[in-house]
Amino acid sequence: MAALSLREKLAILSDAAKYDASCASSGSAKRDSLRSGGIGSTEGSGICHSYAPDGRCISLLKILLTNFCIYDCSYCINRSSSNVRRARFGVEEVVKLTMDFYRRNYIEGLFLSSGVIRSPDETMGEMVEVARRLRIEEKFGGYIHLKTIPEASAELIETAGLYADRLSINVELPTDEGVKKLAPEKKPETIRLSMAKLRRKIEEKSEPTLQTRKQERFAPGGQSTQMIVGADKTSDDGILRASARLYGSYHLRRVYYSAFSPIPDSSSSLPLRKPPLMREHRLYQADWLMRFYGFSQPEILAGSTDGMLDLAIDPKLAWALRNRGRFPVDVNRAERETLLRVPGLGTKVIDRIIETRRHRRLRLEDVGRLCHSVAKLRPFIIAEGWSPGALTDKAGLRQVIARSCEQLSLF
Amino acid sequence: MPSTQLNLATHLVRLDSETDFAGWRDAARRLAMNEITPEDVAWQVEQDGEDRGKDLPAVLADAKLVVPRDFIERAETVICHCDPERFGFLYRLLWRLRSEPKLLSIASDPDIRKLEATEKAVHRDVHKMRAFVRFRKIGEGTDERYVAWFEPEHFIVERNAHFFVRRFTGMRWSILTPYASADWDGEQLAIGPGAGKRDAPGEDDAEALWQTYFASIFNPARLKVKAMQREMPKKYWRNLPEASLIPDLIAGADKAASAMIDRMPTTPAPHHAKVKAKHWPTPEPSDVVAPEAGNIPELCEEAKGCRRCPLWRDATQTVFGEGPENADVIFVGEQPGDQEDLAGKPFVGPAGKVFDTILDDAEIDRRKVYVTNAVKHFKFEPRGKRRIHSKPNAGEIQACRWWLDKELDLVKPNLVVALGATAAQSLLGKAVPITKMRGDVIEREDGLRVFLTIHPSFILRIRDHEDKEAEKERFLGDMRKVKQLMAA
Repeated sequence: MAALSLREKLAILSDAAKYDASCASSGSAKRDSLRSGGIGSTEGSGICHSYAPDGRCISLLKILLTNFCIYDCSYCINRSSSNVRRARFGVEEVVKLTMDFYRRNYIEGLFLSSGVIRSPDETMGEMVEVARRLRIEEKFGGYIHLKTIPEASAELIETAGLYADRLSINVELPTDEGVKKLAPEKKPETIRLSMAKLRRKIEEKSEPTLQTRKQERFAPGGQSTQMIVGADKTSDDGILRASARLYGSYHLRRVYYSAFSPIPDSSSSLPLRKPPLMREHRLYQADWLMRFYGFSQPEILAGSTDGMLDLAIDPKLAWALRNRGRFPVDVNRAERETLLRVPGLGTKVIDRIIETRRHRRLRLEDVGRLCHSVAKLRPFIIAEGWSPGALTDKAGLRQVIARSCEQLSLF
Repeated sequence: MPSTQLNLATHLVRLDSETDFAGWRDAARRLAMNEITPEDVAWQVEQDGEDRGKDLPAVLADAKLVVPRDFIERAETVICHCDPERFGFLYRLLWRLRSEPKLLSIASDPDIRKLEATEKAVHRDVHKMRAFVRFRKIGEGTDERYVAWFEPEHFIVERNAHFFVRRFTGMRWSILTPYASADWDGEQLAIGPGAGKRDAPGEDDAEALWQTYFASIFNPARLKVKAMQREMPKKYWRNLPEASLIPDLIAGADKAASAMIDRMPTTPAPHHAKVKAKHWPTPEPSDVVAPEAGNIPELCEEAKGCRRCPLWRDATQTVFGEGPENADVIFVGEQPGDQEDLAGKPFVGPAGKVFDTILDDAEIDRRKVYVTNAVKHFKFEPRGKRRIHSKPNAGEIQACRWWLDKELDLVKPNLVVALGATAAQSLLGKAVPITKMRGDVIEREDGLRVFLTIHPSFILRIRDHEDKEAEKERFLGDMRKVKQLMAA
């Protein structure tokens, strides 16, 4: 085989990485290069430097060290039985690419993942070496996300956490049965244990040390994971249940949902169709309800017949329609927790409603000015001079709202 | 029209530059303190203007003008907006604030909505500049410099330059825009005059690689052009080296996606069989049934894959008992908690710490006793970042008794301590009132003595300090009894 050029390798190894949904570069410690005289900073919220025509942000250089892999996970383009072209970066090549891209302001940093070759420790060792060289030799202060190989040794994970902002381990599928079926060599037990170890390490290192009273650096951006949606038969309720468990058990910053996408040279054991993008979007919305809107996981789909999120309307609206007895809510009096349940009201709008109503009573038009549309809100709120009357309990309300929201829909 | 306003206004303020906040602030103070209404003021930028404050009234010596602190900060943002009316708008806000000090909190007020929209537009432009500036490299070695051409919508270069300093400290760079430029020589930041596109380099070798990356990271099966354009509007495209690829990527997407779907699955790659043989050999089928566990480590290993009840699904791992196999006493708790579930060891969380301290006070050496739980997986309800402990039910206790019985068989203690109701239920086969029977020793049919007491987590749940101390004392008393019984 003729040696591949750098450009060919980049094409192969970024193509191989694109099925990983995470591109976040936020949530890490604040850092700049003023003192080090190096290159790079992270300032809380991440920056999306470009957008691909798939609407996804490009924030990090997301590549694999190699797409050779000893695992044979049927949903993965890099599985050992796939006929995809293979390539392998040297450590130095990744370091240089990252610096060259960062200096031109193309990226926020590096998201490095890898197929597993020979042994987990050998592969993880090379990934950690990339991070070490970036931090120590290049004085790189940008964002580094390392995908962690669950079976790698504790020492390697410790070093990884020293240099990386975020570590992640993919649970791949929402149930152990799914993993066993589609990724027969992967062990869900080991994945869980690795996440538990990461949480303990992150907590241990966030305590100030006895001698220096300073916190030791360990993955300040926390850990995250990814679940593939639509490759197995798990319902949305089952997926959200798995997420709630993961957030509670391992204190993940994020669970990413990745609509199963057909891959070139795909395995015959998988559905060959367009990825369920709307389903993925609804899952993210439901995830938000759990994390920022005070919903418990079982509440979100309680009362639904098939455990699936409604694709036509957002999950909060669907919930409100199933729980009309809780409405209407008076925007001039209700507690924040109650306002969070109103369809169409986001956390920021609610903060402004609460601030404003201390000084004057809000009318429906006022609320309308604060948010995108009142169509969704009207049946669910009472405002100065406005009461929905029988509208809240009207039959066919779902269709009325769905129709008036259609033009504003994201897709 | 500004010119008509000029004619009508009785006061004309000339500002030094588009972002002359100090000038605006000084003028606004003088005007407001002299009761000059917003309608009577016109504002204009005159870069070579002299004697700025000439025709403005002076500030009265003892007069005070008080505004909310964040108004100043917000005004500094608004002044970067390209709207020529912004100076007058800010003055109107200032004017209103004198009689309506809470105005900034009233989000439904039209002026406040405009203020927020203006701020948002500036913030967005600042953010997009951080995202879409593209440096091109010129020179090598000590002459290496990075130069970018960017066209912001608002006057944000001064405001944004420090971000680029913090980020690209170790690099020499310039950002050129039509109205101003920023230059960092590695030590000093200089804001200079505007420039033209042709003043910036026309190409950079790294751009071909960047385009390769952009094209490869795109997934044609997920085409969502609107979502892309909402975040990366076309007006930015002309200065983005990757944007020229977009039309072709969109045009080819459907074909590429259906090609992926239509392609027939191929036979496994040639190296696959070798990889499989080397890393995942099929285990030899064996007819031999695994022998029954003969000691605690073997039993613990066996329990790792326990599926006797559904609790394994949500838990991290089986938390098995721990301690010497020849221990005289076994302590049985309820179930592992959050910390135990993560660590894989019993009694290491907050309740475990209470337990340890009191055992120590009772002069019982924890290393010499065997500690386990009635149920070996953590049962919980997730709530945000916490896991709320749920009580195991009778079926789960029954299912897990299989393991506890084996532990009792192997360790053969002369005393078992049931910590709490669940442990008692498991050991005695029925529910017993713990508070009533606390301190009792019950002899089972098989002759094993069971000492009944509370679970140490009960102590943790007591809020009142005195009650808590009293309960600790009682538990210590129980442990002293246990110590005596151990010796007996």
